[in-house]
Amino acid sequence: MIHVLMSSDYLMLEAPREKEFITGSEAAKEAIRRANVDIAIAYPITPQSETMQQVGYLYAEGYIKDYYRGEEEIGVMSAVAGASRAGVRVLTATAGPGLMRGMEAIVSWPGARLPSVLLVMCRVVNTPLAIQPDNVEISYLLNAGGIVLHGENQQDFYDFPLAGFMTGEKPEVTLPVAVAVDGFFVTHARGWVNMPSEDLKLPPRNCYHEAVPMMDNENPPIRISRDAPIQKSNFISYQMHASWQQEIWAAQERAKKWLDRWLGGLIEIVNPKAKTMIVASGAAVSQSREAVRQGEEQGLDIGLIKVKSLRPFPGKELDEALDHADRIIVPEFNYIGWLSKEVKSAIKRSDRVVAGPRVFGGMTMPTELILETITGIKK
Amino acid sequence: MSKPRARRYSVRMAGIGGQGVVTASHVLSNGVIIDKGESTMVPFFGSEKRMAPVESYVRISEDSIYEIGEIIYPNVIVIFHTQVITHGKSYTMPFYWGLKPNGVVIINSETDLQLNPDEERELRDMNAKVFHVPASKLAVEVGGTELATNMGMVGAIAGILGMPSAEAIAQSIKERFIGKGIVVSGGTAALDNVIERKFAKKAELVAKNNDVAVAAREYALERGWDSWWMDGYKDSSDLRREQAAATGAN
Repeated sequence: MIHVLMSSDYLMLEAPREKEFITGSEAAKEAIRRANVDIAIAYPITPQSETMQQVGYLYAEGYIKDYYRGEEEIGVMSAVAGASRAGVRVLTATAGPGLMRGMEAIVSWPGARLPSVLLVMCRVVNTPLAIQPDNVEISYLLNAGGIVLHGENQQDFYDFPLAGFMTGEKPEVTLPVAVAVDGFFVTHARGWVNMPSEDLKLPPRNCYHEAVPMMDNENPPIRISRDAPIQKSNFISYQMHASWQQEIWAAQERAKKWLDRWLGGLIEIVNPKAKTMIVASGAAVSQSREAVRQGEEQGLDIGLIKVKSLRPFPGKELDEALDHADRIIVPEFNYIGWLSKEVKSAIKRSDRVVAGPRVFGGMTMPTELILETITGIKK
Repeated sequence: MSKPRARRYSVRMAGIGGQGVVTASHVLSNGVIIDKGESTMVPFFGSEKRMAPVESYVRISEDSIYEIGEIIYPNVIVIFHTQVITHGKSYTMPFYWGLKPNGVVIINSETDLQLNPDEERELRDMNAKVFHVPASKLAVEVGGTELATNMGMVGAIAGILGMPSAEAIAQSIKERFIGKGIVVSGGTAALDNVIERKFAKKAELVAKNNDVAVAAREYALERGWDSWWMDGYKDSSDLRREQAAATGAN
């Protein structure tokens, strides 16, 4: 017997939980099982395939009303837009090159105000190509306008998608949500996940209670793409764009309070008074936690801030939490160092930021590398 | 050396495709979880194929584990096939690259491998303890198939590191081949003949694999290898070196 809940708070915050040792893909499956998803659409790509296969089992068990494999990612992401416009709760997932291919459609979602959840299992996108979890692809999502969460582990891959559906569908938000994790390290490895009973289910999407009404026989599609005054070069068009874009990013700000509530804060702080602080997101957080532990054994006082939400970016929170710090280390799983740039632009005295260490091509980050950056001593 | 405070091992397993290195890492990892410890594991993802290099990484500990991903600096290295060393079938060359000081190397071989002098020296400088376990031989003798080599290696690892327990390994092997939900003794009668036959075959498979794990574990314990962390403890290479020095041979 499945209980459809009246309030998402119960599932997210109150329901008693039990611990299971499962893979990240299985954790995502358990989130989707409880998310009351109407339709899931995806095209397979490593390392996402296993998760969508798990979601396929949910369809077979009757937890999802419709499920199909799209022709490729542009088709998939366009279909996701269609499903969301039609007012249903929609899920998709992709990885690396698949995200790049789908990007044309993905960047159109926020402006069309289409709530959905996109799971991103990060992998290398550049040449030489690989299937390992390099997360440079997240940097492309950061400017798309949607909410972007970055999970650290299997537990986050359970919690974040649920928080994503609920936040994105809030009337004052009405935005798509991407939940990224570093592929393989999270999706294919097992970890402890605390979950409430599987007979609980989120309330359904209330599509008449959002910023833009869903499309049905009475509501034509919102007219933003074919109207001459908007598409032509004129001041009405520019004005429309200004207010429209402003509204997307304002909606992100309004998402903060819901993410705060369901993720337990946009950031998590470990050892807040340390003069040397690490700021990380995704798998780099796990490596940093271990660096903090090893540092403690060596008598080093190191703090850590986990950034859970990249969009909206917790700039004010970081600025306050880092105000006392002498040095700020930003370890990343990509060459570009997108997080260090974000951190630098959000805090005062940005010359305190040590932009690194970084690993490339999907290599994991040895904790020794983080400690070497902190102590300046090579082991 | 003294024993580490909370036991915490980062195990890099290297072998060749088809030996069941990844399966062994699953069984070891889950065994520690069954014993109420903590563990994470991840195989190296690439283009795996028979006889090509394979690596898998397992972290086991009595305390919380945060790290994920492959292990660059292990304190335990397990070599499933001598070709990893002799043919260089490995992602890491030499095979002990990244080994932390005071670490452990466990090699599947009936005889002590003669490493080159540089390798010998580097391992000695790191105070590495090297153990040779005849896992394939035990697999054939005890389990009736060389395919059980991987379980022999799991048994040897557990014997030397002192975790997980023999009972947990038995349970882990059972869960790997039969699944969690099925109890070996009860309920079988209700199954129809075909499933019963298949099930009996699986139960036999589980038993044989476990026998090999137990035999390899005992092989290590009989030799006192579980005391490797004590000061002045000598491994098989130490003894061979001393013997060679005494007789003037090299």
